[in-house]
Order: sequence, then C-alpha cells, then structure tokens
Amino acid sequence: MIKVENLFFSYQCKDVVKNINFTIREGESLAIIGPSGCGKTTLVYLLANLLTPNQGQIKINNSIIDNIRKKTGVILQNYGLFPWKTVYDNVSLGLEVRHFNKKKIKEKVLEVLNRLNIEEYKDNYPAELSGGQRQRVAVARSLILKPDLLLMDEPFSALDAITREEMQNLILHIHKDNNLSFIIVTHNIDEAVFLGQNIAIMKEGTFIDQLDNPYFGDFKLREKEEFFKLCKNLRTMMSGDDLL
Amino acid sequence: MIKGKKLNIIKGALFITIIWYFIHLLISSNIIPDPFTVFLNFFEILIPVLLPHLAMSLYRILTAVVLALIIGVSLGLLIGRNERVDQYISPIIYLLYPIPKIAFLPIIMLLLGLGNRSKIVLIIIIVVFQIIVTTRDSVKNVDPEYFYSAQSIGISSLQTYQHIIIPAILPQILTALRITVGTSIAVLFYAENFATQYGIGYYIMNSWIMVNYVDMFSGILAVSFLGLLIFKSIDIIEIRFCLWINVKNTKGVNNQ
Repeated sequence: MIKVENLFFSYQCKDVVKNINFTIREGESLAIIGPSGCGKTTLVYLLANLLTPNQGQIKINNSIIDNIRKKTGVILQNYGLFPWKTVYDNVSLGLEVRHFNKKKIKEKVLEVLNRLNIEEYKDNYPAELSGGQRQRVAVARSLILKPDLLLMDEPFSALDAITREEMQNLILHIHKDNNLSFIIVTHNIDEAVFLGQNIAIMKEGTFIDQLDNPYFGDFKLREKEEFFKLCKNLRTMMSGDDLL
Repeated sequence: MIKGKKLNIIKGALFITIIWYFIHLLISSNIIPDPFTVFLNFFEILIPVLLPHLAMSLYRILTAVVLALIIGVSLGLLIGRNERVDQYISPIIYLLYPIPKIAFLPIIMLLLGLGNRSKIVLIIIIVVFQIIVTTRDSVKNVDPEYFYSAQSIGISSLQTYQHIIIPAILPQILTALRITVGTSIAVLFYAENFATQYGIGYYIMNSWIMVNYVDMFSGILAVSFLGLLIFKSIDIIEIRFCLWINVKNTKGVNNQ
C-alpha cells in the first residue's frame, strides 16, 4: 500500500508540489492528469525519492521512504535509456550493479526481452530503435528488477496513437499478470481513463479533484460507451477549472 | 567504408604533393626540394636514421599525453561533479591557462634536468589545461535525466562514473585528445631543440642548420606520418569504444 501524506516540495522559493495526499492499495493504479508545468513530473521524482520533499512523507507498505527503493521501477519521460549501451546492456545494468552472476543476468534479460518482443534488438543501440521499441526497452529495464510499484512520467507522450495504445495495453497486461501497482502521469485524457483505476486531476502543484474508474482493467474499454462518458466527464471536470 | 577512408588519405596526400610540386617549381630554389627527391630520400633513411628519432619523439609524446590524460580527466571529473571544488579550482585554471608556458622551459630544465623529464613535463603543463576544461564542461553537460535514470535503478556514485559519466564524455575526451596530440607535436618540436641528440624536432632543426633541405623535408614528412599514426589510433579507439555515436537512426527496423 502506498500512502502519501501532506507532501510539499519547493524549488527556488516556489511551491511546486503542495499538500498532496492519496492512498493506493496493493495492485491498484493511479493516473495523475494535469497541464504542463503543474508539478506532475516533480511528484513522480518525489515518489521515486529522486528528489526529497520539504515536508510530508511517503509510506510504502508502512515503511517511510527516505531512500531509493529497490522494488520501485521508474520510467522517465525520455525513456532514460543510456545511448552508449545496447538494448541488452541497458536492461542488464540494474542486475549488474546488484552483482548478479553473468549467467543469471543473461537468462533474465533474454526472458524479459522475449516477453516484450524486443529480443531481436538486443544488440542494437537505442538510437537505432523506434519510439515504441525504446519504450519497450524502458519497460523491460524496470520489469527485470521485479518491481511491486511502477512510476511512469508521461511515458507514451512521444508515441503515435497506435503505438501508444499498444503500450497502454502492454502496461495493463503487466499490471494484471503481476498484480503490479502503478502510477502514471499523463496529459492525455484517454490514457488517464484507460490506465487509471483512480484518476487525480492536478493543478498548480496540488490535486484539485479525484475520481474512481469502475471500468478500469477492461481491454475493450476504448470501444465502449462508458469510456467516452468517463472521458467526457473528466474533460468537463478539467475544462471547468480551465486546465487545458 | 574503411577502404573509402584509405582512399581519402591517398587523395589528400596526392593533393599536398601536387601543391608542394607547384611551389617547388614556382620558387625554383633548393629551399623547397621537389617532393619525389624527398620521397626517395625518406624511404632510404627511414629505418637507419629517422626511426630512432621518431621512436624517441613518440615515447615523449605518448608519456606526456597519457600522464596529462590521467591528471586532466581526474581533475576535470572532480571539478565537473563538485560545484564547491569548481568555485575554487576554475579561477586558478583560468589564470594559468593563457600563460605562455613554453617560456618556462629554461626553468623546467634547471629544475628537472636536461633529459626527457623536462620535455615531457613541458608538454604536460601545456596540454593538461585543454583536457581539464573539456572534461569539466562535458561532465556538466551530461543530461541530468541520465543521472536520475541511473539512481532509479540503484546505481552507486562510483558505478555512476563507470556506467554513465565516462562513457558519456568519452567522445569529447577523444576530441580533446586529438587537439592535444597536435599541440604536443608542436611543443615537442620546440623542446627537442635543446639538450638532446634524439627526437624528430632535433633532426629537422639539425638538417636545417646543416643546410640539408632534403633531409629536413624528410623529417617533416616523418612528423606528418607520426601524426597520422597517432590520429588513426585515436580513430580506432573511438570506433571500438564509442560505437554508439555512429549508429544510424533507422527509427524502427520494425516500427511498432
């Protein structure tokens, strides 16, 4: 369970994140939606402990997070892949620095690459791949560490519509297969409705509204009327506050 | 690709030879001997005469460059990663960098003797600043997202140097190395005019004093080949260790 209480973060005397409170139970998801510059990315960095909050606390499974957590996976906006490492080396790095033996690393890397259909690109560099393939590598790099929480910062914003939907389906599959909790930050309404079991609307560093998504988890949701109704509802909530 | 590069070197050499030949015809003096006489003389004296001089120069350059790299990269990494150290060290570098250090050769010779040590130290104190500044700026320019990405998968500070910083700045270090080698050869040419009987700089200047322009140009040709050898070696290091900078963005071998 993830419990965030009274979280504040300021940068250069400006409150970037203020008074964030939420709870996610194990195996649940949260989509955070808001306009550019509202503090979404900073919030992800705080949850990953890449930044330290000025006030408040983050508890995961009743432990206060004050260090990088081994079982939290992070996918950054620009994928965070290292251009000087091949796909194989990017994915294996997390295991290598944890001193796994080479045989075990190879076994695990090939397994996860195969699962994400990118095994054939293992010797390629990120620059040789498409956006979708790079995104799969970023997912593989997080998954190989067997996280129980995945944090994603606008992970699909640079992808075309079809690839984006494929990646959203992939995340949903992984969530279902592994009972993985995840938090996704996005500015895309469809994405928030498809991937958010809970949806939080963020504005000027704080959550101004939250709603539950009873239809979460349905792979065919995009084709259903409820999806459009929920999107419309979310859009109204957001435009009512002049967000987008 | 490699064949193409070899062809480019031959084309370049041919171009220089043609220009050289025309200048020889234009000047019509033994100050500029004709290239073909020089080539014949070069191959004749290469092994018995030039090679010992080249070997000594190469030893001095390599020793100086390797030591300058170790000192410069270490200091550059320290300054680039540590704001407080940067505040104190960078002003010192800015004050020392523009000083014409070659003027200190007599003092260095008095302190370190007339042998190889003074020549090597002179090259080091001249080229080390280029390496420090390049390394420092390259480290500062590494995209912060790489550091966050590394932290998120649990990389320690020491592993950050191995997996992130060194590979990220290696292409710029190699560029600095190329510039450094050019400077080193020029400095060495000067330094080898004092208190030595071996070194290609000494050989060229000695041939000039003896008014033997064919030998002098053979020596210059040897310096050119020495430079080519070192630059090609750096290219090979780049191909081996920085393969990623030359990969083509095929954007989706299979766009999914």
